[in-house]
Amino acid sequence: MLAATSSQFPVIPAMILLPFAGAALIGLLPRSRGDLFRPVALLTAVATGVLSVWMLVGFEDVARFQFQVNQPWISDLGISLHLGVNGISLFLIVLTGLMFPVAILGSTPSHDPKPYYAWLLVLMGASVGVFAAMDLVVFFVFFELVLVPMYFLIGLWGHGRRVYAATKFFLYTMAGSALMLVGIVATGILHQRGTGGPLTFDMVAIARDQVISRPATLWIFGAFAVALAIKVPLVPLHTWLPDAHTEAPTAGSVILAAIMLKLGTYGLIRFGLYLFPDAAVTLRPVLLTLAVLGITYGAVVATMQKDLKRLVAYSSVAHMGFCVLGIFSLTVQGIEGSVLVMVNHGITTGALFLLVGYIYERRHTRLISDLSGLQKSAPIMAACFTLVMLASVGLPGLNGFPGEFLSLLGAFEGARWWGVVAVTGVILAALYLLWAYQRTFHGPATGENARMKDLRPGELMVLAPLLVLIVFLGLYPAPMLERMEPSVKALVAHVDRNSDGFTAVERRYVGPAEAAEREGEGG
Amino acid sequence: MTALLAQLAPGNFRAPTLDFHALAPEIVLLVTLVVLVLLDSIKLERARASMPAVTNIGLLAALIPLVTLAADGGTRVMFGGSYVVDPMSLVLKALFIVSAYVVVLLSTNYVAEGDYWESEYYVLLVSSVLGMVVMASSRDLIGIFVALELLSIPAYMLAAWRKGDVRSNEAGLKYYLMGVFASAILLYGMSLVFGVGGSTRLVDIGLRLEEIGTEGVPVVTLALVFVLIGFAFKVSAVPFHVWAPDTYEGAPTPVTAFLAVASKAAGFVALIQIVYFCFIVRPDIIQPIFFVLAVLSMTVGNLIALRQTNVVRMLAYSGIAQAGFMLAPFVVAGELPVQSRQAVVIYLVIYAAMNLGAFAVVIAIARKTGSGEIESFGGLFQYMPGMAVALTLFLASLIGIPPLGGWYAKFSVFKVLVEAQTGLGWATAIVMAVNTAIAAYYYLRVARAMWFDDAPDGDTTPVKVPAGLTAAVTLALVATLVFGVLPGLLSDLTSFQPLALGG
Repeated sequence: MLAATSSQFPVIPAMILLPFAGAALIGLLPRSRGDLFRPVALLTAVATGVLSVWMLVGFEDVARFQFQVNQPWISDLGISLHLGVNGISLFLIVLTGLMFPVAILGSTPSHDPKPYYAWLLVLMGASVGVFAAMDLVVFFVFFELVLVPMYFLIGLWGHGRRVYAATKFFLYTMAGSALMLVGIVATGILHQRGTGGPLTFDMVAIARDQVISRPATLWIFGAFAVALAIKVPLVPLHTWLPDAHTEAPTAGSVILAAIMLKLGTYGLIRFGLYLFPDAAVTLRPVLLTLAVLGITYGAVVATMQKDLKRLVAYSSVAHMGFCVLGIFSLTVQGIEGSVLVMVNHGITTGALFLLVGYIYERRHTRLISDLSGLQKSAPIMAACFTLVMLASVGLPGLNGFPGEFLSLLGAFEGARWWGVVAVTGVILAALYLLWAYQRTFHGPATGENARMKDLRPGELMVLAPLLVLIVFLGLYPAPMLERMEPSVKALVAHVDRNSDGFTAVERRYVGPAEAAEREGEGG
Repeated sequence: MTALLAQLAPGNFRAPTLDFHALAPEIVLLVTLVVLVLLDSIKLERARASMPAVTNIGLLAALIPLVTLAADGGTRVMFGGSYVVDPMSLVLKALFIVSAYVVVLLSTNYVAEGDYWESEYYVLLVSSVLGMVVMASSRDLIGIFVALELLSIPAYMLAAWRKGDVRSNEAGLKYYLMGVFASAILLYGMSLVFGVGGSTRLVDIGLRLEEIGTEGVPVVTLALVFVLIGFAFKVSAVPFHVWAPDTYEGAPTPVTAFLAVASKAAGFVALIQIVYFCFIVRPDIIQPIFFVLAVLSMTVGNLIALRQTNVVRMLAYSGIAQAGFMLAPFVVAGELPVQSRQAVVIYLVIYAAMNLGAFAVVIAIARKTGSGEIESFGGLFQYMPGMAVALTLFLASLIGIPPLGGWYAKFSVFKVLVEAQTGLGWATAIVMAVNTAIAAYYYLRVARAMWFDDAPDGDTTPVKVPAGLTAAVTLALVATLVFGVLPGLLSDLTSFQPLALGG
């Protein structure tokens, strides 16, 4: 019970404040002490990561929110700094704690290190805040706050058309979140009307009471869905992503892929299913269709890319499609799979962006046609790339598989025909990634390609934790599943209880042991 | 009327009882005004250097009675209900006086170094502020009109202060012509209102309008429309906004800040008085008008702002769009009088902080570049990181990014619009959400220039920023941050008692 007592160390506020404090410290350090920025940033990020692991260890396998903190903020509007984690957000916070140190270690800014590290830390604090927020307004505050550092990271340290990409990214997200703000306000007020009690924006209370009328929830869900679909991104709202990912600096791409995109899918679980289960069930076909479209479209477009980084970016569109498919299959396996995909996509795509970044640093090009035979000049890099790429393809035994498999399994049970179409995405993923690998790493090593330096030990060290996790989570996802299962089950039961016409779908609950077994069979 | 005249007959006249404590802020400002005029006429040129300091001391002194009045609490009514000092008017008076204080900080070096008339500048500024302060307490058509003229006429002259510059002359003339035109319309509308209501006191008119009811009285509609149009000019709501960009660009930048913040706020205060104490009984007439004004202002203002290359012009058009956001709560004034009024006041206060801050940085940078072109902000982060960060924060606040003040302003407006649950309210909220995103684009353009572009001509020598400007930026920044992080403060300050229409 250590983790549940209220007098314990407030780990979530610490994880939010620590990066902000680090950013402030960097802001106060004089420019002449340029050597200090990186260590300070790294230390803060690692410390936050350690806290997240501490939280992971103390987490109990029960459905309720843990490590809760509740502090009134704007009391006359019923807004409070209510933070907490459950089995779904836990892993996303740990992923945040893992990927930021990796991103900071993995690359250095080309100029202006001071604002670069400060922005990265602000981004980290805000990301934790989004995943831990249990109050709608607090969620919105952090959701918006995430935009600013990313905008500057892309715009200042990016490549090529960075300013264009940064602006596009900002405006897309801004458009969505303005609608979401209206949705949030409407949720709070309609909830108050429904209960006759005081105004509150607390997610748990709103989800519990379910007093908002059906037509209103459809509209509000729509507002949330648009904002979150932009963030995920779902086709056809995805066009900011290839530009932002491609032009961002390596650390930016890693964070974008590993953390930012998850804000969208996490939001869909939190707001879509938890707050508005009935609307989610009603509008499910639309989201499933968009998810499947994303899977196939992302894969087809990725196949045609000439730029390696753009290819990885489009592969994210496809992977996030699997997430959304799993979520809106509305089955336990589907949602578990979806959370697994979120975490594992973060790890593999983060690693892929790091590798592409290393190639770019060496060759100053990302065009697939300029690269060939890198395997000969850089065998270690090729080995790493192979592993990561295979994980991304979804090879059983590596971490891409269990999530995708469970998502599809859920889809087959809950939304069969969408599942059928989505499977093609798995085949296409193998096609575009293997083909890209073949073109860049195989073949004759000509000119510059023959002289490319292999990974340095330092770079390998950055990748090492990711590679270990890729194998570990591929072989043994059970610890993750065990921790998220109570929360996911509670969520599905919540949807079941609060929606009409949904119980018709027959669902079988698959325990983690059984899931792991199935995964073993597949491998 | 006859009763009024009979009162004035010799022997019958009884002086109204004056509550000197309630009038103290106005009296302090008046004394400051007199001191300034005397200083100027006695010491002539030698007085120049001390003018800004005297003005600022006067403004700060005027804040003292505001604090004591607030501590005293309660509502003080004078002149048979024509002049009311209540908590709302105190907050608004404080807003005007603090804004003026910041404007003086912005002006000090600008006016002194530009070789403009200096003593008169401060005299006019203080008299304009006096008009605003009077406006905040007026609950009477005549009082409102007098206050409006008192605050406008000095502003016409201030706009033309750079008299060697054709643009400034144009600014002053345009502002003057449009202002007088608006006053005429307003006065005509007021005469109709008086004709219908039979009194100049807002409360009496409100009661009378309620009596008349909604049965076909076209003259009531006409009267209300005319009065609202008069004020729409003042707050530069589309389609009565055409004067604003030219005036803002041509006027000396500190004056522009004054017009964009204090003068616009005064227009809104007049609207608040007239709408919430009087016209509120006819929501069927005023709400559609405000819907059209709000939606047009935010949309047109934003769309034109997208194309601006000059920061000051951009801020002018963005100010029009922001005025649209401030007009939005009026759309649901009938349903939620207390909350919507609070939303307007909250927006006014936060808008003043962030917009004054933005102008302060623009004035500081213009000391180097001499122009307000967005390009001239290129590379600012490289050579003046402090100013660049400050301006970025002000712009982010204008966009509405939490935890800076602007988000709470938008939040409270969204809240009343949604809470009212009317079709017009929802429509306004949606249009506002879309406009928030559009606005992000042009605010970002400035941020983009500062952070991403290189300095024009590679000139990266930092500007020497006078202490006054730094103080102004700091003050605005602190306010923007505090209102954003602890918005509870502001909502406590502005949670006024429900309106007593019958009072």
